[in-house]
Amino acid sequence: MNTTILLATAARILNQFRHDRRTVALMVLMPSLLLILLRFVFNSEAAFSRAAPALLAVFPFAIMFIVTSITTLRERTTATLERLMTMPIAKLDLLFGYALAFGVVALVQVLVAVGVSLWWLGLSIGGSVWLLVVIAGLDALLGTALGLFASAFARTEFQAVQFMPLFVMPQVLLCGLFAPRESMTPVLEWLSNVMPLSYAVDALTAVTTSSDITGELLRNLVIVAACGLLALVLGAVTLRRRTP
Amino acid sequence: MTSSAAVEVKGLRVHRGGRLVLRDVSCTIPQGSVTGLLGPSGCGKTTLMRAVVGVQIVSGGSVSVLGAPAGSPGLRNRIGYATQNPSVYGDLTVAENLRYFCAVLRAPRSDVARVVDEVGLGGHEGQLVSSLSGGELSRTSLAVALLGTPELLVLDEPTVGLDPLLRDELWTLFRTLASRGVTLLVSSHVMDEAARCERLLLMRDGALLADDTPSALLAQTGTGDLEQAFLSLVRESEAA
Repeated sequence: MNTTILLATAARILNQFRHDRRTVALMVLMPSLLLILLRFVFNSEAAFSRAAPALLAVFPFAIMFIVTSITTLRERTTATLERLMTMPIAKLDLLFGYALAFGVVALVQVLVAVGVSLWWLGLSIGGSVWLLVVIAGLDALLGTALGLFASAFARTEFQAVQFMPLFVMPQVLLCGLFAPRESMTPVLEWLSNVMPLSYAVDALTAVTTSSDITGELLRNLVIVAACGLLALVLGAVTLRRRTP
Repeated sequence: MTSSAAVEVKGLRVHRGGRLVLRDVSCTIPQGSVTGLLGPSGCGKTTLMRAVVGVQIVSGGSVSVLGAPAGSPGLRNRIGYATQNPSVYGDLTVAENLRYFCAVLRAPRSDVARVVDEVGLGGHEGQLVSSLSGGELSRTSLAVALLGTPELLVLDEPTVGLDPLLRDELWTLFRTLASRGVTLLVSSHVMDEAARCERLLLMRDGALLADDTPSALLAQTGTGDLEQAFLSLVRESEAA
């Protein structure tokens, strides 16, 4: 790995965003707009406060997944990846460059969503605001990493879009947002236990309800971060210098 | 150590999509020369070039580049490669593209101005690549291949769609580079470019028909131009 090349790659991707203002606006504002919509659907601060923490995990996760998988697929299907693979760039330089650039965007997205929820929509939290931001940010990074990984299995952008329901929706359904995880049938509970989004939602719920930093909270954070890292490394394995 | 051959291909076989697209291709490309790779579309030119830069999965044979097996990590900043479809980022400007690839190659920043000048893109540095014309786009892609100090340039159809004057300037650039010791492998499907090369590789249907100098090919086939020489070689191989 080479830090200069990694940073140059991240700067290049952020530069590409700079030339595409509409995408940046959509990425930064979309979770907040959805949360605002949800707040008025519930029409009650209490009901919103119960559902919001889980959705602060779900929305950035889903949006970063789809944006990353399409962007990476574009690099794979245009010849730029083939050119890069003939150059002295390590695969991890490229993937961590992607993760860093999208991480910056994800952080802005999460800051806006948390700000809007706390100061406008009436979300009340018991724990630290910063911890909330860290968890939601990690979760957006997890979406980025899974998106990078999933793009390896798509040949076209059309397929990549279809991966969003495949990779994201089961995690949303099983993360505890719609029904408590403990009340699910054993098979579903087991499935929910192997899905990283469940741990992000658990961690966010813990931070909003209490100010204690428990061992379980830290464990959940480590699991989310480790899953993100694992997806990035698996993504590097699926990148091939030689192709058929 | 390296002999005078920059590239040595021996018995190369490549399958793509279940089809044999390179059938026991063997050739050598001398150092410091411009070698033309000619043949109709679909004959295997791009596959051979991909094998030389080390991004093609091969089924058999060997490719040695600058004294090392093709695709060796040590070769990655010694080869410049321009793919047939321009491989640059459409949502970046010309200069932003060049600066990024410059950083990846760890080449000096001053290279950006040099290559812009070499491909005649002065004045377009700040323009978004997606707004360039086809010819400007392929020259941007060519400029990336010239960054750093590549000892081998593999250029897949670099002159498609260029006006004759620019095409002439690029061929002059190729010869200047060759005189400095750079080896160039340039593909084309137009025969009138063949005469500009020092050596020619003629391909058809995954096999090499000829590997010689243009004048030797004319003499061997007893024809007046290379188009006729190519036809004569094709007929000869089909009769055999």
